[in-house]
Amino acid sequence: MVARRLADESVQPASFAFNADNAKWAEWTIGLYPAGRQQSAVIPLLMRAQDQDGWISRATIETIADMLGMAYIRVLEVATFYTQFQLQPVGTRAHIQVCGTTPCMLRGAEDLINVCKSKIHHDAHHLNADGTMSWEEVECLGACVNAPMVAIFHDTYEDLTPRRFEEILDAFQAGNGASVKPGPQIERIASAAASGPTTLLETPSAHREKFVPPAPPEAPAAPAAAAPAAPAGNPPQPATSAAKPKDMTPEAAPAIKGTPPEAKVSQAKAEQERESARVDEKADGTPNNAMREGATGSESPAGKLDGGDAVGKETDKPAAEGAAPAGTQSSDKSGVATADPNEVNPVAERGGEQSVFAAPEGPADNLKLITGIGPALERRLNEIGITRWSQMAALTSEDVAKVEDALNLKGRVARDNWLAQAEVLARGGEAEYIRVFGKKSR
Amino acid sequence: MLADKDRIFTNLYGRHDWTLAGARQRGAWAGTREFIDSGRDWITNEVKASGLRGRGGAGFPTALKWTFMPKVSDGRPHYLLVNADESEPGTCKDREILRHDPHHLVEGCLLAARAMDAHLAFIYVRGEFIRERQHLEHAVKEAYEAKLIGKDNIHGWDLDIIVHHGAGAYVCGEETALMESLEGKKGQPRLKPPFPAGMGVYGNPTTVNNVESIAVVPEILRRSGAWFASIGRANNTGTKLMCVSGHVNNPATFEEAMGESFKDIIEKHCGGVRGGWDNLLAVIPGGASVPCVPGEKIQNAIVDFDGLREVGSSMGTAAIIVMDKSTDIIKAIWRLSAFYKHESCGQCTPCREGTGWMMRVMERMVEGRAQKREIDMLFEVTKQVEGHTICALGDAAAWPIQGLIRNFRHVIEARIDQYTYSSTSDGAVPSIAAE
Repeated sequence: MVARRLADESVQPASFAFNADNAKWAEWTIGLYPAGRQQSAVIPLLMRAQDQDGWISRATIETIADMLGMAYIRVLEVATFYTQFQLQPVGTRAHIQVCGTTPCMLRGAEDLINVCKSKIHHDAHHLNADGTMSWEEVECLGACVNAPMVAIFHDTYEDLTPRRFEEILDAFQAGNGASVKPGPQIERIASAAASGPTTLLETPSAHREKFVPPAPPEAPAAPAAAAPAAPAGNPPQPATSAAKPKDMTPEAAPAIKGTPPEAKVSQAKAEQERESARVDEKADGTPNNAMREGATGSESPAGKLDGGDAVGKETDKPAAEGAAPAGTQSSDKSGVATADPNEVNPVAERGGEQSVFAAPEGPADNLKLITGIGPALERRLNEIGITRWSQMAALTSEDVAKVEDALNLKGRVARDNWLAQAEVLARGGEAEYIRVFGKKSR
Repeated sequence: MLADKDRIFTNLYGRHDWTLAGARQRGAWAGTREFIDSGRDWITNEVKASGLRGRGGAGFPTALKWTFMPKVSDGRPHYLLVNADESEPGTCKDREILRHDPHHLVEGCLLAARAMDAHLAFIYVRGEFIRERQHLEHAVKEAYEAKLIGKDNIHGWDLDIIVHHGAGAYVCGEETALMESLEGKKGQPRLKPPFPAGMGVYGNPTTVNNVESIAVVPEILRRSGAWFASIGRANNTGTKLMCVSGHVNNPATFEEAMGESFKDIIEKHCGGVRGGWDNLLAVIPGGASVPCVPGEKIQNAIVDFDGLREVGSSMGTAAIIVMDKSTDIIKAIWRLSAFYKHESCGQCTPCREGTGWMMRVMERMVEGRAQKREIDMLFEVTKQVEGHTICALGDAAAWPIQGLIRNFRHVIEARIDQYTYSSTSDGAVPSIAAE
């Protein structure tokens, strides 16, 4: 860190005020931040003050502190902490900031510093004889590809040679700073290679080629064959039609007969997505249908997560997946938990678990009463077919292994003692739990 | 090598119109409504499928970071904070996004904000990027006027964007220091926990992402996560803006696929190393805070997160600083030590005192005015600084020196020998020319 202090009293002005434009701007800026958070505007305001006066004086700090309702010391802290704030007067025509950090040093920043030393003042932060110029060495200014570079007020001058830099200094010294073109001082486009850009040689367009994932070996559809030939504009979509959930209707998908609420939601979502996909086909520049058309509300996370393999997946799988929760989640709590089609389905996320156990008849118990099981785990347990305390209490060690496998929780069942807790809950509910364990569950 | 059609930042060099009209011609803001309508989880999952790792240096999976945000708001607003405080020496990639493709970032903010239920996004631009900030502010204004963002916009997800800026403090690139600075305080990092996703800006849940991480999101959604994931190697997917500075024939910023070899990249985009590959001394492959790698080791290294870890360094921000054999490597690393000494915020003692101490010892080693046993002592001190500070600046200050001692100890020793050899009988030592 660097010790920075305010300038000597002899140069401190008596007062500071924003000019009319800046005062208006300051009011607007303060209003941007959430109510009661006006302090956030302190750096922008100090910076604007510096743009106006060239440096930050004690009066500036106090005025801005008053504007923002801050203690003077807090603004002083900010002004001294951030090194871009100049705490003493700088050259009226130019204050040169030479980047001296390694990338610029490698390309010759030390020569630029020597130019400053000989043309302006031997020491940084000192005005030259007539008070028009000053310089400092700063840390990386973020234009390393165009090194070496300097910043003067709002602009950067890049790809400098000592000779060119001297010319620029002379121009500023003479008050002609505006005549120097900012940016690279050699024939070069921004940060492209000086010998000419090596990329982006084509004119960019809004068109995006549809991405067709490489065909997995066992894929039934033939997506790859059609892909390379796809013409620009409105390409046919043989690859994606394979995954179109056209049989996600109640009649065609026996597993979700009776249309539980989840299915309705997912159907509606699928419908909506197909609708938007049709719109896409007309509009240019909105590709990604390959991924999106295969999606239905309930299984879309699966399709997204396995990197597009879903395109080749058999279409009845979503239906089967939807069936497991549909069958077991008649109970109110868990039903609510899965009704949101946007919710990530952790089971589907791992490629689709089938129900491992047969869910027993009757309403589901509140598995969350078992210490170690939260809403998410309860939902996943329900999905693999565990809904009752008594059912859990009766799990054999093989069953436990299956549960842990399905939920991907090694050792958790034993560690948190789920079975004993479930047994107690099954025997006498929460009252029994308190009697046995001496505390309320959860 | 990446083809032009697969590049995300199509106006990297500013040869086309960077305003809204031009951005639209290049495909920005197309289909955004549909992505928003697909919901929070769809966006997160698509980004997860893309394998996008944060582009700010640490390489943390972006989608995973988003999922740390509370699923259901407890009444506190959620914030997205975009870290455009690009100050890592060698790094100048976000600058190109801000000044030439700002709409990528604005659109990315809207989508990322949807993915974390945020209605307010801050973009913290470093203070020195003045023209860049003006471009970004203009782009945000255009987006407001076209009702792309703001209240009741055409995308159906309210989002306000505040473009904020700093005033020259490298440490504000650290996420908690960034939040302190945004709140109008000194940029001194906070202790974690609480983590920003629980308690960030103004005590509200906040996610901090790098500019590039956010700016690639719209294209990932447009072309699918699988497309992004198909570029590069597993766990190191996608395209990356790289900035090559130092001793190459043509320093340049460009977008390239991850997983290419170092030599290929330098040959193709930068016209090779100055004076040929035999003239290569060392490379700092990821911005100032990663260890340097000797030339012979890096030539065939793969430029991605895992590939560079294999050669004992790190991908960082993919800011490649190339040094040829004319470089005084000790001095180059000393300059980095001076940088860290200058930028230490002063909060933790090991860093505040250690950075100055290391810089002063390095200063003597540049001359050779040291004892050989001090090399080990210096190494030991870097180990005492590393890992003993609130933020990673202490680590960042230690690693370049460790890399130097590990790989170029013989150079330091030779310098010390030379100094001793040049000394005269009355102890005065004439200044020596660098090797």
